[in-house]
Amino acid sequence: MRIGIDVGGTNTDAVLMDGTNLIAQMKSPTTSDITSGILTSIESVIKDGPKETINRLQAIMLGTTHFTNALLEKRGLAPTGVLRLCLPATTLLPPLIDWPKDLKTAIGGFHFLVPGGHEFDGREIASIDRKAILESVDEMKKTGIEALTISGVFSPVSNSHEKAAQEIIKEALPEIDITLSSEIGRIGILERENAGALNASLSKNAQLTISGIKKALLSQGINAPLFLSQNDGTLMDAEFATRYPVFTIASGPTNSMRGAAFLSNTSNGIVVDIGGTSTDVGALINGFPREASIAVEVGGARTNFRMPDVISIAIGGGSIIKTDPIEIGPKSVGFKLLEKALVFGGDIPTSTDYIVASKMTKLGNPDHVKNLDPKTVKQVTNLIKKRIETTVDQIKLNAEPVPVILVGGGSILLSDKLDGASSVIRPKNGDIANAIGAAIAQVGGQVENVYSLDKLTRQEAMSMAQNEAINKAISAGGDPKTVEIVEVEEIPLTYLPSNAVRIRTKAVGNLLGISS
Amino acid sequence: MWEITEESLEAIALGTGILGTGGGFNPYIGLLRAREVIRKYGPVKVLLPEELTDNDKIVCVGGIGAPTVDIEKIRGTDSYTALRAMEKQTNTKATALIAGEIGGGNSMEPIIAGAIANLPIVDADGMGRAFPELQMITFFMFGVSHNPTIICDEKGNVSVFPNAISPTWMERMSRAVCVQMGSIATWAFAPMTSIEVQHTAIPYTMTLAKDLGESILKSQTNKTDPISAIFKTIPGVILFQGKIIDVERRIIGGFTRGNLSIEGMNSFFGQTMEIEFQNENLIAKISGNTVCTVPDLICIVDTERGEPITTELLRYGFRVSVLGIPAPELLTRPEALKVIGPKAFGYEHDFIPLKIHT
Repeated sequence: MRIGIDVGGTNTDAVLMDGTNLIAQMKSPTTSDITSGILTSIESVIKDGPKETINRLQAIMLGTTHFTNALLEKRGLAPTGVLRLCLPATTLLPPLIDWPKDLKTAIGGFHFLVPGGHEFDGREIASIDRKAILESVDEMKKTGIEALTISGVFSPVSNSHEKAAQEIIKEALPEIDITLSSEIGRIGILERENAGALNASLSKNAQLTISGIKKALLSQGINAPLFLSQNDGTLMDAEFATRYPVFTIASGPTNSMRGAAFLSNTSNGIVVDIGGTSTDVGALINGFPREASIAVEVGGARTNFRMPDVISIAIGGGSIIKTDPIEIGPKSVGFKLLEKALVFGGDIPTSTDYIVASKMTKLGNPDHVKNLDPKTVKQVTNLIKKRIETTVDQIKLNAEPVPVILVGGGSILLSDKLDGASSVIRPKNGDIANAIGAAIAQVGGQVENVYSLDKLTRQEAMSMAQNEAINKAISAGGDPKTVEIVEVEEIPLTYLPSNAVRIRTKAVGNLLGISS
Repeated sequence: MWEITEESLEAIALGTGILGTGGGFNPYIGLLRAREVIRKYGPVKVLLPEELTDNDKIVCVGGIGAPTVDIEKIRGTDSYTALRAMEKQTNTKATALIAGEIGGGNSMEPIIAGAIANLPIVDADGMGRAFPELQMITFFMFGVSHNPTIICDEKGNVSVFPNAISPTWMERMSRAVCVQMGSIATWAFAPMTSIEVQHTAIPYTMTLAKDLGESILKSQTNKTDPISAIFKTIPGVILFQGKIIDVERRIIGGFTRGNLSIEGMNSFFGQTMEIEFQNENLIAKISGNTVCTVPDLICIVDTERGEPITTELLRYGFRVSVLGIPAPELLTRPEALKVIGPKAFGYEHDFIPLKIHT
């Protein structure tokens, strides 16, 4: 048995699962202290489970917005530096160049440029310079940084310089937490470096938080290992999460989508997750969320690491409705729906009230909305439908109708007929799809590299990438018997007469020793 | 004369994105680079073409290579290096700089070199839009010599081509050198006289880029229609409005070719537009009938915000407006159409000039 927990902005959801069976569930308001909230929900689902649950637990799986919040609130971030292996190239745009001032100040904003890095085809721009790196180390000591990201030009093609620099610095500054940019992001040095710096700045926070949760679990007699949800829909163990906390960012929408896929038994389609304030729409490909291909801002810094491709619009069950002219949201009564909405005896007209007035669903006291003008009711419900349909259409990759899976507490806003949908699925327990998504025991490995085809054939490059992804999945705790490639994408590089290809591939398997 | 300041760069970058007709270098990286240089060296003066005098020597600088490399091995101040190398090679002192390509990030190169060298730039360029190759620059189409051409990289390598027998040969040779330099490099062309610039450059394009960008930014702030704001700045027509329903790309010889289908919305409901692109958008058809061809500008913008969408970002579901903007007169002359007309890009069509109803 295992417990999945999703700590969201408003609610914390927890589920106890045995194989594919949902045994117990719990919803509670998110607490400011992450550990106590997690413990409360764990205790609750254990209590609702069968005897001996606590000793039969195989894993605790946690999805959390803790590290996203740390970046947004600039709280608990370590003083962080960036070492770029680049000289003589790229000096005009030094690291952290387009960061919002407050985020840059929060981490200190120190950077160091040294010779190194590669060309697009793997040639060196300059060889690694031990002396220059050690001089930077002296500078680092003066700044008092506690974390560092190392980025090399074209490190997604060759990360050998990043690794060599890491060895040199580890020796001279053993205390510092190092993130290699090539382990986080893709082509696009500024965005990759930004993602690396965000990760490094979270490292101390991650060590404290994750060891705190582990200790708390042990003190409650829970010996099962702790895993964290990543934004690509797979798990990482606590030790890995300590080193790569940035991968938890946007794991919330990812968990909802994974949960929606599991609950509806549908691997390909569009997931619409309607909450109280907003609606997230994303695409499922082979059971996993499709990734965004363009830069995504985190706390105001542009990044290019694997984030789910999700469009959020400000429509939810609690959206406040104005009628002259008609406006839906963006303000919402949020989690106060049960006291503020008309049907629950409140005095604020919300989208839920209009849906009840349209008789699409029964909720609260329908008498409270019978005075709403029928024409306006029709206009509002049509507009909600139209806006969500447009968003679904924007997330699709072609015009073919696809299954649409509705999850989240606000899914009553939609009827079962949607333009562009081949079918509308409302899975049972869709309101806790996020916690169920967290409890799906799969691990993965991802590789995105540029391969020069001067010395390799395309086939050889493909199998190199795939083997690396499989090995990563196994070292993340995957059962070698179940690890398989779930995604291969080949992207040719333009304006390059020489042969180079970018390959992105992902392997996924079940967590060793756990069936799900 | 006017000045490019740090504050005006955002509008210029946005406007050059529109004029890029889907291609050109990444305007975001170009913007950041120009901003750094202007912060350090101060604003850059912009001379109108008629303000040039007989003694002026004008050097064109720009970038060549793969946009994918430009976001990784980001270029520095190499256009300044190229400028100084050209001065040395030709024993001339440059008095002003000019862009070869106003469309996309290449528009920023003369601004960068000009800020460092404390030289003005000319309010003009050699394309009035974006094109993929060197022989498509108007200076060379209309008889200005491309010899010598200089290519530089960030390491300090300088390659001089004293004599290529044609602009097309210069394009071939310099692209080969560019690949060796790491697939991104910066070039400078032989100094031009003021008469040459006045006769062969597309005038006032830096002003146009700034005005376009400012009108779009203003419409975004005031939540007014960005498309009508664009057409208050430049004459043109809405060729089509709708939703992208299909994008097909293939890479041939290092260049992206593809086509795009858009399903009509609003007054175009029930119709379909097809656009053929090769880095830039080249041919637009509605239900099989050609409505706009290169060198007229086919610009795809986000209908709601008016932001340009480059060919690599085109994707199913985008709500777009396709704008047709008549090419500058120089590009429509027979000697230009031989190099940049539809047939030069391998299409059977003749150039059909866009008709604007005013």
